[in-house]
Amino acid sequence: MEQFGNSKTWLAAGIILSLAGAAGSTYAGVASYTLPEETAAFRPGPNQDLAQSNCAGCHSADYIQIQPRGPNFGKDFWQASVIKMINVYGAPIAEADVGKIVEYLATAYSSVD
Amino acid sequence: MVQRRRLLFMSVAAIAATGSNRIFGASSAWADTITLPFNNGERPLVQYPEKRPMIGVTQRPPQLETPFAIFNEGVITPNDAFFVRYHLADIPLEIDTSKFFVEVKGKVTTPLRLSVADLKKLPATEIVAVNQCSGNSRGFFTPRVGGGQLGNGAMGNARWKGVPLRVVLERAGVQAGARQVVFGGVDRPVADGTPDYAKALDIDHARDGEVMLAYGMNGQDLPMLNGFPVRLVVPGYYGTYWVKHLDEITVIDGVHDNFWMKTAYRIPDNECNCVVPGAAPAPTIPINRFTVRSFITNLADGAVVKAAADVQIKGIAFDGGKGIRDVAISIDSGKSWSPTTLGLDIGRYSFREWQTRIRLPAGTHAVKARATNNAGDVQPMEARWNPSGYLRNVIETVRVTAV
Repeated sequence: MEQFGNSKTWLAAGIILSLAGAAGSTYAGVASYTLPEETAAFRPGPNQDLAQSNCAGCHSADYIQIQPRGPNFGKDFWQASVIKMINVYGAPIAEADVGKIVEYLATAYSSVD
Repeated sequence: MVQRRRLLFMSVAAIAATGSNRIFGASSAWADTITLPFNNGERPLVQYPEKRPMIGVTQRPPQLETPFAIFNEGVITPNDAFFVRYHLADIPLEIDTSKFFVEVKGKVTTPLRLSVADLKKLPATEIVAVNQCSGNSRGFFTPRVGGGQLGNGAMGNARWKGVPLRVVLERAGVQAGARQVVFGGVDRPVADGTPDYAKALDIDHARDGEVMLAYGMNGQDLPMLNGFPVRLVVPGYYGTYWVKHLDEITVIDGVHDNFWMKTAYRIPDNECNCVVPGAAPAPTIPINRFTVRSFITNLADGAVVKAAADVQIKGIAFDGGKGIRDVAISIDSGKSWSPTTLGLDIGRYSFREWQTRIRLPAGTHAVKARATNNAGDVQPMEARWNPSGYLRNVIETVRVTAV
């Protein structure tokens, strides 16, 4: 099975809570949070750049990577997924690109492994 | 679950806490993986601020699962092990609590704008309650369904502290004709066309005295990824209603029909809330209370124990708020069942611990735990199916080999 994302390590991250008020009260300050660097990568495949530019605006590649494999998760599944992204989540995907993105997803992510 | 060590690299950033600054966390890098027991179940173990290593489901928006072994350590799930689930990628990464307000508006006589300090001045209550993702265990569905492919770790049990929503609604004065209360948080969609996240509860539910605006979790502030500084707690209900970073409470005189209520998070409207695998349900209702569940926590699948000797077996059980009546154990694939001893009752919304001893003859056995709640609801032997992968509560099986 291909490894999830790549094997890069998670990078430095931390949370800082600066207290402006009296000691002991955590409710008068700024809490900052740093997410780890995003490492999930789109699998290579036809039209990878097109798919990546359309999908990655809203979510990381692992949303695609973790989906089940098998006969029920071929081209029809990815077609329905892309249409759902457009109709339900308002993804600004050009109609002319839908087929290419589906082709990419079905090629790069539907192998049974 | 298989845990494979790939690479371990840690660097701790030593940051001095000086003057009025308090700094949490260290930095680390982590690239172990864990394999959930279903196809395509390999996940990275990831390190986030305020969290111990967690099962990484997705990175943006972040979704983290609790490693299952945590559930054997105690009835309360530690904050740093509590699961994380967001829907929308524009999540708050900086919250100035002096500028954070919970607005109460809509069909109320006195709209309110409450700071966290204001909330803390109101009478506080505490409740121990399980939060569980609607799609917890979705990865085990057969046939599989799309969506977040979760093992059993999208659940947790915490002691929540906060203000009953009823108190806040009383201060605001709910107008006659109010039907629902809508909850929104600070997190936002990225694309203009994505429906903003909001969930609704019926007015009577919202005023039941248990639904809470929580600012405390296990005696501490909420971790950022669990909704700092205040989140909704809806005891017995799936996590979809537990809106994080809660800043908007709107009383309405209709039924909220946004995408998140009307289209998503729906279950079949029938006795079992299930359909024949592959079928499309009609009609549907919004998901609501947890189904009854139990887990063996001290013996993982594939465990090896001593034959013909007493072996302690223990775990947890919970339901949507009736409380657990009993948990039974079977060592013969469900043909016969024996009682277990329940642990301390710390509330009907909490995990309930159970334990007993079993003796296994040499060989491999399917050991099962089965919970029944105080309404007589019992876990089914066969998994029920729905197309969204919600409500999973089949009797769990652990294969144990006695030698």
